[in-house]
Amino acid sequence: MLRFRLAPDNVKLGFMQLRSVTYPLSALLSILSVVAFLTLGLNYGIDFAGGTLMELRAKTGQADLVSLRALGDKLQLGEVEVQAFGENQDVTVRVRLQPGGDAAQQEIVQKIRVAVGDNYEFRRVEVVGPRVSGELVQSGTLGVVLSILAVLTYLWFRYEWQLAVAAVIATMHDLLLTMGFFAITRLEFNITSIAAILTIVGLSLNETVVILDRIREMLRKYKRMPMPEIIDTSINAVLSRTIMTSTTTLMALAALAFFGGHVIQSFSLAMMFGMVIGAYSSIFICSPILIYLGAPSQAEPEKNGN
Amino acid sequence: MFRFPRWKIASIIAMTVLAFLVIVPSFLAKDVREGIAKKLPSWAPFYSVVLGLDLQGGAHILLEVDAADVARTQVEALRDDVRRILREERIRITGGIGGSGRTVQVRVPDAADRQKAIARLRMQAQPGGVNALGATTPPTFEVRDTADGLVQLTLTDPAVLERVRRAVDQTIEVIRRRVDALGTTEPNIQRQGANRVLVQVPGLEDTNRLKELLGTTARLEFRLVADPGYNPGDIDMLNEYDREGNPTASYPVEKRVMVQGEDLTDAQPGFDQRSGEPVVNFRFNLRGGQRFGEVTSANVGKPFAIVLDNKVISAPRILSPITGGSGQISGRFTVQQANDLSVLLRAGALPAKLTIVEERTVGPGLGQDSIDAGRTAAYVAATLVVTYMLTTYGIFGLFANIALLVHIVMVFAGLVLLQATLTLPGIAGIVLTIGMAVDANVLIYERIREEGRLGRSIISALDAGFNRAFSTIVDSQSTTMVVAIILYFLGSGPVRGFAVSLALGIVTTIVTAVTMTRLMIALWYRWSRPTRIPI
Repeated sequence: MLRFRLAPDNVKLGFMQLRSVTYPLSALLSILSVVAFLTLGLNYGIDFAGGTLMELRAKTGQADLVSLRALGDKLQLGEVEVQAFGENQDVTVRVRLQPGGDAAQQEIVQKIRVAVGDNYEFRRVEVVGPRVSGELVQSGTLGVVLSILAVLTYLWFRYEWQLAVAAVIATMHDLLLTMGFFAITRLEFNITSIAAILTIVGLSLNETVVILDRIREMLRKYKRMPMPEIIDTSINAVLSRTIMTSTTTLMALAALAFFGGHVIQSFSLAMMFGMVIGAYSSIFICSPILIYLGAPSQAEPEKNGN
Repeated sequence: MFRFPRWKIASIIAMTVLAFLVIVPSFLAKDVREGIAKKLPSWAPFYSVVLGLDLQGGAHILLEVDAADVARTQVEALRDDVRRILREERIRITGGIGGSGRTVQVRVPDAADRQKAIARLRMQAQPGGVNALGATTPPTFEVRDTADGLVQLTLTDPAVLERVRRAVDQTIEVIRRRVDALGTTEPNIQRQGANRVLVQVPGLEDTNRLKELLGTTARLEFRLVADPGYNPGDIDMLNEYDREGNPTASYPVEKRVMVQGEDLTDAQPGFDQRSGEPVVNFRFNLRGGQRFGEVTSANVGKPFAIVLDNKVISAPRILSPITGGSGQISGRFTVQQANDLSVLLRAGALPAKLTIVEERTVGPGLGQDSIDAGRTAAYVAATLVVTYMLTTYGIFGLFANIALLVHIVMVFAGLVLLQATLTLPGIAGIVLTIGMAVDANVLIYERIREEGRLGRSIISALDAGFNRAFSTIVDSQSTTMVVAIILYFLGSGPVRGFAVSLALGIVTTIVTAVTMTRLMIALWYRWSRPTRIPI
């Protein structure tokens, strides 16, 4: 049977030496992310910004983008964002939050329905009022904060402080870069994006845990081995697994991004990015930190025999 | 690792078979499924997976009961009470009785009268009085005697809150009756938070009518048109509108409500016998009928305004006393309008104004497209992963793939048994777990390879692979589990669906990727007695 492996056996790559490249790179990317986040900001979807989103399908031929965009001036709704997708038969039309509270938002859809007449089918209508979007911002922020706290607690109980700190830094790194990704790509930032970010935290930690577990195991086994060597050996040992799993997960996510429809496309793309960053950071960011923090003075007695 | 007690093997097989059986109904056509379900005992879990509104199409509307409106109604009622009490006690006041915000105020110039009025009003504030245990119920309003003879009555916070709570309860009842009139299946109407109501109606195409039904308070009032010289403070100027919503006439209508919509027992659309235009025929209950008879007898020749939500529908002149307890509303309706108005009148008025604060509507076409897209993505993902595992691990890859198939079936079965809602992000969650589920297998296999390279015998390499990988698997999955739990509690609707799929995926991974694979490898080992590790 044909066999192929992405990671060759018995690799001995010097990951620790690469830190002179990866640390500046990550620092650069992190700064870039912060700058992008502060200057560009996120492209908030209606979940967080409030407003009206409609998905229309032209009943015949292609959607007339120009006349749809002109609706903003015609109906005095301010700027109307129109985006075509698929074969330009479908468009999303987004109207910003109108002044005048919750009741004012309700009239928009009706106005547009009247204006476009019978030419379009309304496939989806979402209206989020100013108060609900405010609450969603709150619960979204709370979700991210809670997850980080939960993760910290978990790591606190699970690992010696050096390993925990390393894992936290790696997770923050991933979080930061993912926000930067959202800011730079202008992908819409919605409730599902929060779900994506939290899942990225989970997956990135998953990678980190696998490597840290191995480092700890090595620390117990080879008490005299210098730290860089321990880390290198551990990474090389789990490398093929990290590559395998990342590949299968990326395959699944790529399938979602290409075939899963536009509604979850930004979700899938963000997850793909997060997955790659998570694998990268667990190898190149998390582990080398241990060199600076030093080895845990004494590894705890092992739980599972051996 | 290779000693598998028979019961363990049996239970793994039983679980797998059960999972397959549970998902069968989801793949049957609806009528076939319901036909079979009738023949089975009621406890049999023979039902389909629940699709979220984003997949089956439908409307999700979050409404808010206007607390200020509730307070306003309460102040109106208090004002009527004050007027009645003062009249009963023959207390003279100067000026009218003012009401604004949460306060009603009235000027009683005579000091003795004022003391009497205050004592009487304070009694009114505690309708429960002093109960058997000597405790007093909290007052619904506070009475203050300000300087210069002004008596102020202010509604208390608990009283307003209690009224809002009751208003939400009533609102839910009224909405249920209205939505039922639309004839849709399985609407979901529930309270959310202190003053919100969530209405979910699956499979609804035209949400305009729903929104109109939800947005109308439908407070029907019969009020006399005021004579000239009537106290201006007790008059509302109300407009009559044409079909396009332009005002056509304006009437000075008494604030005093003679008969209310709540005294209606029935309302049906019909046609006027003479003009043939659509009308609504209504019937009063005993109290309403009597009152209507009294008022129409006493005011023959005067115009009587029929007011719906502060809009005059029509103001016909009373030609003769109407004592039969039934009547007719005509107001240049279309057939549809007459229909809707009678639905609204039958369902009763909302206790307060409702505002739509969030709306998410998905048409059935888009829902089906999403299902199809999700399905395609799942097939593509599964094909890629299965091929990849097979080419990388050979026979062991095959075991992992079988486990993967069972895993997906079990996630589905879990969704069906929990009757959890499958949403589009939920499908994404399942597809994601296709990628992640094999992670456990990969961890185990890579460990086996590694132990094998260290020169261990086959059996001990296999054993070490499973044992050592296990704690890492539990560790790494638990981080994702933590996230899934948080998402479940914070998210709503679609995101919650994602959390459920993710969490189910993690649980079943442990069962399938660890236990099932181990069983398959054990059986394979016994059967083929390999001399080297095939990965």
